[in-house]
Amino acid sequence: MKIDVSHAKKIIQRYRKKKGILIPLLQDIQAIYGYVPEETVGLISKELSIYPVDIYGVTTFYTQFHLMPQGKHTIKVCQGTACHVMGGKGILNCISDKLGIKDGETTEDGRFSLERVACLGCCGMAPVVVVDEDFHGNCNFQKIDYLLNQYKSKKEES
Amino acid sequence: MKARILICMGTSGISAGAEEVAKCFKKELNKYNLQSKYEIIRVGDRGLFRDVLVDIIEPNEERITYERVKVIDVPKIVKNHLKNGEYIKGLQAGKDYKQFFARQMRIVLSNCGEIDPENIEEYIEKDGYEAAKKALKMKPEEIIEEIKKSGLRGRGGAGFPTGLKWEFCRKAKSDTKYIICNADEGDPGAFMDRSILEGDPHSVVEGMIIGAYAIGANEGYIYCRAEYPLAVKRLDKAIGQAREKKFLGKNIFGSRFSFDLVIKEGAGAFVCGEETALIASIEGKRGTPNPRPPYPAQKGLWGKPSNINNVETLANIRHIIDKGADWFSSIGYNKSKGTKVFAIAGKVKNTGLVEVPMGTTIREIVYGSGGGMVNKKIPFKAVQLGGPSGGCLPESLFDTPIDYESINETGAIMGSGGMVIMDQRTCMVDIARFFLSFTVAESCGKCIPCRIGLKRMLEVLEQISEGNGKEEHLKFLKDMSQTIIDTALCGLGNTAPNPVLTTIRYFKDEYQAHIKDRSCPSHVCTNLVRFEINEDKCIKCGQCFTVCPTGAIDLKKREYPILNKEKCIKCKACIDVCPVMAIE
Ligand SMILES: Cc1cc2nc3c(=O)[nH]c(=O)nc-3n(C[C@H](O)[C@H](O)[C@H](O)COP(=O)(O)O)c2cc1C
Ligand code: FES
Repeated sequence: MKIDVSHAKKIIQRYRKKKGILIPLLQDIQAIYGYVPEETVGLISKELSIYPVDIYGVTTFYTQFHLMPQGKHTIKVCQGTACHVMGGKGILNCISDKLGIKDGETTEDGRFSLERVACLGCCGMAPVVVVDEDFHGNCNFQKIDYLLNQYKSKKEES
Repeated sequence: MKARILICMGTSGISAGAEEVAKCFKKELNKYNLQSKYEIIRVGDRGLFRDVLVDIIEPNEERITYERVKVIDVPKIVKNHLKNGEYIKGLQAGKDYKQFFARQMRIVLSNCGEIDPENIEEYIEKDGYEAAKKALKMKPEEIIEEIKKSGLRGRGGAGFPTGLKWEFCRKAKSDTKYIICNADEGDPGAFMDRSILEGDPHSVVEGMIIGAYAIGANEGYIYCRAEYPLAVKRLDKAIGQAREKKFLGKNIFGSRFSFDLVIKEGAGAFVCGEETALIASIEGKRGTPNPRPPYPAQKGLWGKPSNINNVETLANIRHIIDKGADWFSSIGYNKSKGTKVFAIAGKVKNTGLVEVPMGTTIREIVYGSGGGMVNKKIPFKAVQLGGPSGGCLPESLFDTPIDYESINETGAIMGSGGMVIMDQRTCMVDIARFFLSFTVAESCGKCIPCRIGLKRMLEVLEQISEGNGKEEHLKFLKDMSQTIIDTALCGLGNTAPNPVLTTIRYFKDEYQAHIKDRSCPSHVCTNLVRFEINEDKCIKCGQCFTVCPTGAIDLKKREYPILNKEKCIKCKACIDVCPVMAIE
């Protein structure tokens, strides 16, 4: 698949001659493409004279960055302390079972990506699952079923 | 004055449908032509998780709080209460709500859940920015002296006196200095900083203005974690409004002091909460810590003197300048002054944020505000303090007062204020394993003790929880812990063994049960659970039957459930739901 790098070019222009820009720059690029495509890494390197090794160093260090395309919906399952105590691991296993993928992977139809995160700061409603930007608290297996179905049908509508 | 309808809109409120409730209120008010009489105000989280909380405040009348409000309740509230003046008894916040707030002393959280965080006027009405105004008329040294006298200590974990920290940075000679707010709250199980940023962002901005003036910085950064999008949004708005009012920018309050703020979003790395790693991350590099000295106060961001403070520390500043150091130091216990916000979560009835004076005991928090355990039949086992750097304490230490020194003595740490309550269904070996797998995943890999030592410890803990533990493992864990504590580069490694050490210290018999009897007393470690139903304990409630996702549990009327091992996928849903721990 070819990537249209013109967006990335525009973003890079905004960051020229500023310091400490690599992380926000990559965040902006990821916001457009959903991940950090290989082509943009080359572009950043050339335009801003940053070694690719430094760019990959940053993208692999921080869990936020992806080097592969992500699913349409991202499911984040909290594995923080409170969620662990309240059964977050079971929730992760259950979703992973239902979608047939492990955390860090994307379903073949590109519909869902599954991620584990450590605490989303809503421990009072543990266990917590976040789909895209929506928080769902006090999860249990029934709720998961309902949630997944909801997002599946959402896709069909659009 | 208009009467006010407060609707709690933190991340948790929104997930429970607060936005829909607010919209419905608007519609219903219009329907009865009440929109000129009532004002809907979207406030931050008040601290208690009760789905959507709605407060009705009418002039000269008692304040009424409704909890767990759903959209379908709104027409009733508007019609019966607002129009006809009849309260709706069934929805009114009950005993738990009162108990939760009764023992608290709200200073830092005083505005959370009371004002609209996106409207600077409301903050100003609560004496906002008065402290900054006052501070800018003082000499920087006077401010530092005042903060030193107040006895305020850093709320980010280590408890270093804030006044001293500022003084070091003040004395460092440089043309440029920076003040940084650490809002990277990575400790899983803690959410104090998020609620402050979402509920009262201006108090942090004001604290930073005062701090910047005191140390002589003209630029500030707020390093906020990316998992908190709402906090970032509200901070951004707050900074914009403060700029418009000229509280930020050039010549603040007509003085010669100029200061501005930038938000930096983190990208998901726990170690970036550590000061030197945080600086590296702001500079756009991999967030790996550097050896100290030089301390950030001498050589920090871009090599310039920098001062890093936690969100809660900064939110305290305005109150100290406003009400004076003597007032602040009159609250508290021993060498710990003021209040501390704790995030209580886990198996207690009331989960949320509590702010109590230092010196309050753990018991008062868990049984007082927390309201005791969720399930009365399954008793308390441990409380986890301080996240991955802290430890688990048993009930015998419940009367320990909350202050930095007393908590350190127990082997845990105060940390940032996460407090997770665990009952008998939580396995301590599993918790130790859990924290180590967290620190192993988050270790930046720069120093060997942390990168490899923790990994070896995790492997041993995994063996124990799988039933392959050996007697000598305990000694290995203790020795390795000591080596890591002594040699790791940064605070992450130095404190990572704490959860293991405290669980061995206070819950040794559980380790012994795993190693000697090959059994997990809490039925958590999957390999050691037989998945059999103990008919002596079973009360035939049928919950296991309902919850089983594969239909492996068979239930006939008036008989004990039967578990079909061939269908069982060992998901432990039945164990989690069983009210009497009958599945072994
Ligand atoms: C691994 C590690 C993680 C930390 N995470 C945080 C954090 O999330 N938030 C925070 O305020 N301090 C954190 N700290 C403590 C900071 O390094 C630092 O002590 C604190 O921000 C200083 O502010 P204070 O003096 O106001 O407490 C962390 C420390 C370590 C070693
Ligand atoms: S532990 Fe899951 S939200 Fe905090």
